[in-house]
Amino acid sequence: MSKENSILKINNLQTSFFLEGDNEVKAVDGVTFDVPKGKTLGIVGESGSGKSITAMSILKLIGHPGKIKGGEILFNDQNLVESSEKEMRKIRGNRISMIFQEPMTSLNPVYTVGQQISESYSIHQGLSKKESKKKVIEMLKLVGIPSPEKRINQYPFELSGGMRQRVMIAMALACRPELLIADEPTTALDVTIQAQILELIRELQDELGMSVIFITHDLGVVAETCDYVAVMYCGKVVEYADVKTLFKNPRHPYTVGLLNSLPRSDMDQEELIPIKGTVPSPDDMPEGCRFAPRCPFATDLCREKLPNLDDIGDAEQIRCWIYTDEWDGDPEVKVYEPQK
Amino acid sequence: MTTYIIRRIFQLIPVLFGVTLFVFLLMHLTPGKPAQIMAGESAPTHVVERMEQRLGLDQPYHIQYVRFVSNIAQLDFGVSMRSNLPIIDEIRPKFWVTLELAIYSTILSIFIGIIAGIVSAVRRHSKSDIIIMLVALFGLSMPNFWLGLMLMQWFAINWGWFPPTGWGTPGQVVLPVITLGTAGAAVIARMTRSSMLEVISQDYIRTARAKGVKERVIIYRHALKNALIPVVTVIGLQFGALLSGTVLTETVFAINGMGRYVIDSIIARDFPAVQATIIIISVLFVFVNLIVDISYRYLNKRIDLD
Repeated sequence: MSKENSILKINNLQTSFFLEGDNEVKAVDGVTFDVPKGKTLGIVGESGSGKSITAMSILKLIGHPGKIKGGEILFNDQNLVESSEKEMRKIRGNRISMIFQEPMTSLNPVYTVGQQISESYSIHQGLSKKESKKKVIEMLKLVGIPSPEKRINQYPFELSGGMRQRVMIAMALACRPELLIADEPTTALDVTIQAQILELIRELQDELGMSVIFITHDLGVVAETCDYVAVMYCGKVVEYADVKTLFKNPRHPYTVGLLNSLPRSDMDQEELIPIKGTVPSPDDMPEGCRFAPRCPFATDLCREKLPNLDDIGDAEQIRCWIYTDEWDGDPEVKVYEPQK
Repeated sequence: MTTYIIRRIFQLIPVLFGVTLFVFLLMHLTPGKPAQIMAGESAPTHVVERMEQRLGLDQPYHIQYVRFVSNIAQLDFGVSMRSNLPIIDEIRPKFWVTLELAIYSTILSIFIGIIAGIVSAVRRHSKSDIIIMLVALFGLSMPNFWLGLMLMQWFAINWGWFPPTGWGTPGQVVLPVITLGTAGAAVIARMTRSSMLEVISQDYIRTARAKGVKERVIIYRHALKNALIPVVTVIGLQFGALLSGTVLTETVFAINGMGRYVIDSIIARDFPAVQATIIIISVLFVFVNLIVDISYRYLNKRIDLD
């Protein structure tokens, strides 16, 4: 990928949680990916794969006992890992915003919608209550909330889940950020509302020209919204590709497993094919490839040595021995067979 | 909101009915005739009968009760057995003293308790947290009268900073208020700490952080208002308890308040005076709770009062 056009570059990010008794849990273990300017990157993975922690690390919102141990987060050439708390506060909610999974609990129950959105304007643009009121109403209109003049005086409990997520989006986009991180923004919503929210994020992205990181475990959502995809497994990126390539020609056995476990309406399917086994627990991490114990193609090499995230092609990266010269298994192995 | 307050005041009627009935029955359920008790065990029968007539105790119970309540409604609590003066006139100055004492102590405990609780929660597991919680535990387990005596010994007698007894001048206020406020401050600090810790881990605090809000603003604006609800409950209970529970402190500091009046009345078997104080304290307690409920609504609009 042409690296100049990235708004965010993450290199070998490591975030760990330090539990009692010197017990270190490596939640994010050397994550590397780029977010191209104006595009949407999807981060996909099972629960516990480290996708949310990656997102929280970008804004440096990891609280005790978690800590960013190493790596770089380059946002327009500014390394956020080394930025002070004060510098981070200027970025949060202003240049990088985040929306969360739980619209029901992510708004403060004791302040009105208007108060919560206008706070962004007072922090980042120094606007008074009066000045920001017009902007808040504009913002609520933009995210499709009917009669915003009335809504600004309402409390979160007076709104439905979908409306609350729209308020969250309005709050996140209030200062027109360059990057929006959406951490499973539709997981907690009804399917019909999900589609509306996804559509809204996409529209606003076009309108404001921002880049988006979309965190989800739903490949359907990825296919619909993303330009690029990073597949994460056990705190590492295992595959990075543009969305078309990933769905047409998935390379990593884990990605293939995820795709196969999706129900498909376009073919006669007897049953879904789940990925065998479960995600290994952090204190029992396999030594070699993290996916080896569940991988149908794993060889001794896979079990002993961790593969690197290698570039293949222009904008594709893969962490799998099969695509290296050292591969000791069947040279003709077919990881993915397009089903007809 | 106004309708709510009006409705809550109407709801007080059954409570007040219960209180007055209980106090009324208290007199009649104790063994022996009330008049006999008041007049003394050895009083001759004709004296007791005269007394019954004078107090209306020869009437049927329901008439006695109605008269009892209507007198109370007019703030007529009868005449003290000891001094033969109207009880309301006797109580009034003592009541203000106790109310002042309770208000000052509550303010002190709110001030210290909330600040200590916040510091403790924000710096959880730090040295300051451990020290604050140890001091709070100490303040909680220390008996009032002992703390009062110790304060008096050091600050009044040894160093002479404050007068040891009495009530009225600003100097006289200090030691009793510290004595009474300490336990309250300890309870409020512990409550604030646990409530704050719960709120700080909520999703909306993360949202505020992601918005770029300063940590201090997050604590005082976003977290505190949410954390205060259980704290307000405790403050209300504390205040109510102080209105009736200052007996020991009043005795230690020789303050002429309600607490001492109740004890003196009980010892002297001054039934009308005991009844009057019980009713006044109960009514106050009920109103304090009403204020607490209304402040919930102010803190969290979600608490639907209507």
